[in-house]
Amino acid sequence: MPSYVDPSKCDGCKGGDKTACMYICPNDLMVLNKEEMKAYNQEPDACWECYSCVKICPQGAIFVRGYDDFVPMGGQVHPMRSADSIMWTVKFRNGNMKRFKFPVRTTAEGAANAYPGQKGANLDDECLLLETALPTPK
Amino acid sequence: MALPNKPNGEIDAVVNPEVVEHDVDVLIVGGGMAACGTAFEIKKWASDDLKIVLCDKASMERSGAVAQGLSAINTYIGENPIENYVKMVRNDLMGVVREDLIYDCGRHVDESVKLFEEWGLPVWKKDADGENLDGSKPAPTLREGGTPVRTGKWQIMINGESYKCIVAEPAKAALGEENCLERIFIVKMLLDKNKANQIAGAVGFSTRENKVHVFRCKAALVACGGAVNIFRPRSTGEGKGRAWYPVWNAGSTYTMCGQVGATMTMMENRFTPARFKDGYGPVGAWFLLFKAKVQNGLGEFYANSAAVKDELSKFMPYGASAVTPTCLRNHLMINELKEGRGPIYMATDVALNAFLDDRKAAGMNDKDLKKFWKHLESEAWEDFLDMSVGQAGLWAGANVEPEKVGSEIMPTEPYLLGSHSGCCGIWTSGPNEAWVPDVANDSRAHKYKWGYNRMTTVDGLFTAGDGVGASGHKFSSGAHAEGRIVAKQLVKYCRDNADFKPELKQTAQELADEVYAPVKLYKENVGLSTAANVNPAYCKPAGIMMRLMKATDEYGGGVATYYMTSGKLLGICMDLLKLLREDAEKMAAGDLHELLRAWENYHRIWCVEMHIRHIQFREESRYPGFYYRSDFPTCDDENWKCFVNSTFNPDTKEWLCEKVECINIVETDPWL
Repeated sequence: MPSYVDPSKCDGCKGGDKTACMYICPNDLMVLNKEEMKAYNQEPDACWECYSCVKICPQGAIFVRGYDDFVPMGGQVHPMRSADSIMWTVKFRNGNMKRFKFPVRTTAEGAANAYPGQKGANLDDECLLLETALPTPK
Repeated sequence: MALPNKPNGEIDAVVNPEVVEHDVDVLIVGGGMAACGTAFEIKKWASDDLKIVLCDKASMERSGAVAQGLSAINTYIGENPIENYVKMVRNDLMGVVREDLIYDCGRHVDESVKLFEEWGLPVWKKDADGENLDGSKPAPTLREGGTPVRTGKWQIMINGESYKCIVAEPAKAALGEENCLERIFIVKMLLDKNKANQIAGAVGFSTRENKVHVFRCKAALVACGGAVNIFRPRSTGEGKGRAWYPVWNAGSTYTMCGQVGATMTMMENRFTPARFKDGYGPVGAWFLLFKAKVQNGLGEFYANSAAVKDELSKFMPYGASAVTPTCLRNHLMINELKEGRGPIYMATDVALNAFLDDRKAAGMNDKDLKKFWKHLESEAWEDFLDMSVGQAGLWAGANVEPEKVGSEIMPTEPYLLGSHSGCCGIWTSGPNEAWVPDVANDSRAHKYKWGYNRMTTVDGLFTAGDGVGASGHKFSSGAHAEGRIVAKQLVKYCRDNADFKPELKQTAQELADEVYAPVKLYKENVGLSTAANVNPAYCKPAGIMMRLMKATDEYGGGVATYYMTSGKLLGICMDLLKLLREDAEKMAAGDLHELLRAWENYHRIWCVEMHIRHIQFREESRYPGFYYRSDFPTCDDENWKCFVNSTFNPDTKEWLCEKVECINIVETDPWL
């Protein structure tokens, strides 16, 4: 599915202006039902399984159940993402488990240099920032 | 139970939304890799009083094709001559490409990659013994001369789960958070009232509140990706979300630029990648990093057979390449399938075990072998977990361990795109430099440069990434570099046209009424039925999308016919699309999410029509394996080694399709 929300864990991001999953979903799928204060995926057949909502949920309330038209039941892939790495747990239908950990970032969040205030030299040539000369085809 | 005659979503739409007007100098439409490149670069050239705003229909942190992450950067020139990059792209796309644009991308792309690494993207490196280090291990950076892990000539491996977050962060910081408007879906570009063929603004709406946003601008970038869910996918249930390309790309770039008269190029080109079946996991690392081969149903590794060599010899010079063009690889695979020699398997088991056997033969002890194996297995899984988690989920559900059993691969449904291994898109100016061909023709549709790099044939309207046609193989890094190229040109355009005061043809209220028409239709008619989705007066976006995909699949060369179509079938497809376009005027939306889907479908239908129109015009089969015309089954270089460009006239509503000369800039002998 697509992502689904465990109601025992979802707190609707405590009724903030925007829930984390609603903020992040690239396809506008996650919505908050304000009466229940729970989020849900409103269009499961438009879910890319990109896991953006799963990774961002502060309560760890969002999981993915494989597409029901081709994925046999019982497996699960679930991440735990921190500022510098991500840990994946892959549970197979037969109960086997694998765990993988990968780096995701080598700098602190917010540390990427936007080169504020730095200006390019000549608006009429093709050089971009940090470039001083460009080749042409031989 | 209540009757189901109420809106589906959580945010009801109202008939009279608030209208917000904005006056800006530059409008950036889109928030993916290309738009982030523009957002990062533009302030480096703009004076502080230039007003620049970006609209993304999602959140920049996770929008566009890289939202999920990537396990490789497919374009990094490094030690290679840029000319060889041009030759590779030219051959892969069967000879008809804009070499000026490709070369230009090649000379800027590495700078983008070096910035990504500096910003925090982990890039794999080779250590002194030639072993792979993941991107968090201490090693010299690319800028310092570190050696990346090359899989092919152009690709480098990364730990790219957070690739988009890392690229979006400095883009937003550079432009200023207050100038990045998220969850605003721009649906139409707008021409100037007084100056012909000049962009003057855009209109869109918020998917979070009932507000229509009208922009006036002097220059604009439209870079919102390719087109997905335009042909019936192989999975039509929940799995249709598991598109190979991002499911939220609705052809908006092509449609919005085409509708204001931007000349399109190579819209006949499409991409039908061969991927792991159903999960659509990437195969690049398996082919290149793990040296895996494909087997047919008889267990034959058919790729090197005499029959295959014979077949490739029909497509010279393209078939002679050591790396067979992507479409021809598909063609060979489709031949196997059509002959009943399917399924096609990627022999992941053979490939992984070959690595182990090599190490054993070299005398590696059991303990080190175990460690080596663990690393190899981790690399194999990361490829999916970084960029196609759904594939990992399929393997988990089906108990697939790649070292024990191979996995089926299959060519997917067609997609439209210009930055990956396809090249449809918009005809743009190349760099304003002497080496770019100067074509003596009054029409920009035939020229290679007209002053502003990556400007479309409409003044002030630029595109990048998937938007720029006839120059594929940019991928994530090239799209970012192209966005940076456009940034400088946008500023230059504003400087050169400082006196231009944009004025729109329609009032803001007229535009708002047009954007919200599906809501009005819904509210007026929902009472005609006890179920909101079945109504005699309107249709719903979900049904319209299925209708589009059925028409293209059956008549436009989709998976149903192994990508085969013909003049006759294309004619039927165009008739169906005409009716569909008329009925799309009757799409109704009860909530803001549905309004988003309605406008995405307008975009889909329009760009598919351009695709079919181009295939009709090009009387040959330029890309065997992507599509075939049964009435013109060969690749006909004598008559069709040229661009097909098309231009919609927004005043007369007429289309002009033309052949345009394809000029080589890089040597053709040797071809590769």
